[in-house]
Amino acid sequence: MYPQARIFIRTALAYLVAAFLVGALVLVNQGLALDSRIGALLPVFYHLLMVGWTTQLICGVALWMFPPFSREQPRGDERLGWATYALLNSGLLLRVVAEPLHAWQPAPWSGWALAISGVLQATSIWIFVAAIWPRVKGRSGDKERGRHSDKQTQ
Amino acid sequence: MPRLSQLMIRTALLWLAFGYTAGGLLLANKGVPLLASLWALRDLHIHVLLVGWTAQLACGVAFWILPRLDAQGSRGDERLVWGCFMLLNGGVVVAVLRSLIWMVSRNDLVWLNVIAGVLYLAATLAFARNAWPRIAPFRTLPRPSREQ
Repeated sequence: MYPQARIFIRTALAYLVAAFLVGALVLVNQGLALDSRIGALLPVFYHLLMVGWTTQLICGVALWMFPPFSREQPRGDERLGWATYALLNSGLLLRVVAEPLHAWQPAPWSGWALAISGVLQATSIWIFVAAIWPRVKGRSGDKERGRHSDKQTQ
Repeated sequence: MPRLSQLMIRTALLWLAFGYTAGGLLLANKGVPLLASLWALRDLHIHVLLVGWTAQLACGVAFWILPRLDAQGSRGDERLVWGCFMLLNGGVVVAVLRSLIWMVSRNDLVWLNVIAGVLYLAATLAFARNAWPRIAPFRTLPRPSREQ
């Protein structure tokens, strides 16, 4: 596994743990009513899990395992992968901080932080799609290999 | 990667971009209120990303990498997976339409969600029917008979 994929997947694992720490806190609070403000962490839990873990894991595994872009550049332009990583994680971390603060005490700065977070995450995904799109393809030479093996089995 | 997997994965990527754009708009609107009706995109965001992106990507990749049925590389009856592709995306489109109609006209056609649910279920059954026999341990693959 090459370094970029390792970083994506390890970061995803860290978010998985963080998501379930927050999720456990929300559940405990639902049972024991510790503090009403903890309820505002529910969307943070969802997005740590679905963006930080699921999406990021998929991005890392896809960048690693999808068919190579070309012989010279098997993963295409790796800068696109790094841009995805940077924007996705900065957007998500900004959300994790700003969303509960905005729910507890709305302020212009936290509102704008949420807006910026939305732009960062959406942009990161558009870049990821641009990076992976040309790698969604069949292996060149599959047909020839298939024909060859057909002859052998006959 | 077979052509059908390419189609499913590319369609999933388009839903991913669409779903995150909708999500970005929702989040921006939460912080800096622009348009109250944008909140109607929340259901769209969930359907597009859970079904159109995550479920479809999983189906596309599974159809590609699950063990083949014979030495010729058969992936089973592809019509089932084509059916899954059309039903699943049909369901997502219906769910998206419901959200957009609600956002524009404030008319909540909740029965569209029933149609989306039925389409999702049919898609899942078709996919499971194809994938089930391919979930098998390593084995020597039988040669296909010449009559096939």
